[in-house]
Amino acid sequence: MNVPHKTKQSIKTFENNKFGFKTNNKAMYKSPKGLSEEIVREISRQKNEPEWMLEYRLKAFKIFKEKPMPKWGADLKELDLDDIHYYIRPQDKAKNNWKEVPGEIKETFEKLGIPEAEKKFLAGTGAQFESEVVYHSLQENLKKKGVIFESTEVGLQKYPEIFREHFGRIIPANDNKFSALNSAVWSGGSFIYVPKGVDVGLPLQTYFRINSENMGQFERTLIIVEEDANLHYIEGCTAPNYSSQSLHSAVVEIIVKKGGRCQYSTIQNWSHNIYNLVTKRAFAHKNAEMFWLDCNIGSKVTMKYPAIFLMGKGAKGEVQSLAFSGKEQHQDTGVKIIHAAPNTSSKIVSKSISKDGGRGTYRGLIKVNKGSKNAKNHVSCDALILDDHSRSDTYPTNTIAEPNSSIAHEATVAKISKEQLFYLMSRGLNEEEAISTIVNGFAKPIIKQFPMEYALELNRLLELEMTGSVG
Amino acid sequence: MNNTLTITELHAKTEDGTEILKGISLTIKSGEINVIMGPNGSGKSTLCKILMGHPNYEITSGKVEFNGKNILDLPTDERAKLGLFMGFQHPIEIPGVTLGNFLRLSKNTMLKANKENTIAPREFIKDIKTHTETLKMENSFINRSVNTGFSGGEKKRAEIIQMSVLEPKIALLDEIDSGLDIDALKIVANGINQNFKKHNTGILLITHYQRLLNYIKPHHIHIMHAGKIIKSGEAKLANALETEGYDKFINSDKK
Repeated sequence: MNVPHKTKQSIKTFENNKFGFKTNNKAMYKSPKGLSEEIVREISRQKNEPEWMLEYRLKAFKIFKEKPMPKWGADLKELDLDDIHYYIRPQDKAKNNWKEVPGEIKETFEKLGIPEAEKKFLAGTGAQFESEVVYHSLQENLKKKGVIFESTEVGLQKYPEIFREHFGRIIPANDNKFSALNSAVWSGGSFIYVPKGVDVGLPLQTYFRINSENMGQFERTLIIVEEDANLHYIEGCTAPNYSSQSLHSAVVEIIVKKGGRCQYSTIQNWSHNIYNLVTKRAFAHKNAEMFWLDCNIGSKVTMKYPAIFLMGKGAKGEVQSLAFSGKEQHQDTGVKIIHAAPNTSSKIVSKSISKDGGRGTYRGLIKVNKGSKNAKNHVSCDALILDDHSRSDTYPTNTIAEPNSSIAHEATVAKISKEQLFYLMSRGLNEEEAISTIVNGFAKPIIKQFPMEYALELNRLLELEMTGSVG
Repeated sequence: MNNTLTITELHAKTEDGTEILKGISLTIKSGEINVIMGPNGSGKSTLCKILMGHPNYEITSGKVEFNGKNILDLPTDERAKLGLFMGFQHPIEIPGVTLGNFLRLSKNTMLKANKENTIAPREFIKDIKTHTETLKMENSFINRSVNTGFSGGEKKRAEIIQMSVLEPKIALLDEIDSGLDIDALKIVANGINQNFKKHNTGILLITHYQRLLNYIKPHHIHIMHAGKIIKSGEAKLANALETEGYDKFINSDKK
């Protein structure tokens, strides 16, 4: 099989080494560039959807067309929404055995280490290639306990009631322009249901791969964690680099019911031609816990603000994030927490590293509704800026309607000092190794929260980003 | 093996043009402990930093050679790889990097540079344990982030642990005794002496106080003032300093 590697670009990144390969795969179906009602209908037709979903899509498409491009965040002027294929179907239907996945697609995921990870430390695995989930599996014992882990399409077909009850309830189509877009053309993503009291144990993971150029990937994920149940879900994303842009615009909705816990971990490592405009939101009910662990290393522009609505008494929310912005990258990330019940608490740790003119932005909204007595929140934002032309900004907004609550915000901005470098270099590290050591130390409090295999990979990715940082 | 760091007529200035070293000549060699004493601002710490290659200073004339090789053009890490070590007066914090991992990285980087085999984690942990014991630290010390939240005494002990692990040929110890209580001083001095005995390290000690010399026996003492060594002598020179103060030497230098 012919796997051409991309030509070396001026930006040194790991993409050249490991994730940058392209796969020659002839799609079963590829919609023409641009978006029309016809394409929306075609996606729905190909998925053989019930009427309500088609209507939902069409309504969302209308909202998408009406809403202006957001101007308050990262610069989206170069994003040409007419230059994108909105639906690419690589194969017939999702397989649950790697052997049945077409050769070149299987090979892609083998190179990314997915089947190996599945064997070693995952309870279930999904793999999405372009617009469709091509592989899905879940351990037998979890199936027996009633855990559902399917592509979102299968979720809709096989579990119509529970699906319809929750779909679009956390993030309505009209939430923002890109949630409307996703609602119109969504394809792939995971549907997860964890029944009452079930602890899934090992993580479930879905890996998202964009292979084509000028591609839009619109995965839609819906996670329902029932009372006292526990889930850890991991998503990984990569793509080969092209000179033309691609768009990844996901919607992730999570419901954590009374006493349940959900951790959603992301390792976003898109290539540097991808606009990553994502809406993620969770509802945490009474005494439930939601934890977003969010690591953004790749992409050209990311706009992502994982949200937690603390809906029930005693609910807890936590967001820990790490963003790396290199040359021509803007990571516009943040957090939104709504304290909508008494005794709710939230904690946010956000770290950003910017280098070679990269830009990191933290946008936070903490809202305490009236009556949410004893709400507690703590935010800490740390930025590490590696040179004079890189940038970091923090825009925190607190809206507090309940006087009986406590909100705290700490922020630090640091540069690597000559003295730090001198100290490390006096111990034999060259300048590049010294910088890399400081960066890894800075990122460690976030990275160490990932399962070990992922933590090692993340450290390696950061080290690769640091190579070429001198001279 | 005998190693020699030879400093000849070294002149240097700071970034703003202030001349800070005005012709220093000094030889530091294996098996010898040299001590530089002197009042604040005399350029003692600067000398250490310059020998180690700190970027803030410009050498205007003079030479620094390690075993006959000019090292003034080498970056700091290359000097370290040759076997130079500096113990810092104010060790730098590196949050998130454990002392153990940092030292292993450092040691292995040096070993690699000298084409020697690197040390595996398990073996390294065993090695480092002997050094933490010498410095009377809990072994868990190496799991803490380098210098982060360390007390003054812990920082200084950590410097000597680093020296013990890296086994330098020449060690420049800048006010390694400052901020130590008497017990910690004894422990740190003992750590330095052990290094000296074991590896025959050439040592340059920078200190304000004679009290360190109750525990470390120097071969040569130099008094530095205003960027120059104004008096050199044997160990007993320190006693004279202690009783008579710097003034006597400084004034006689002026005359």
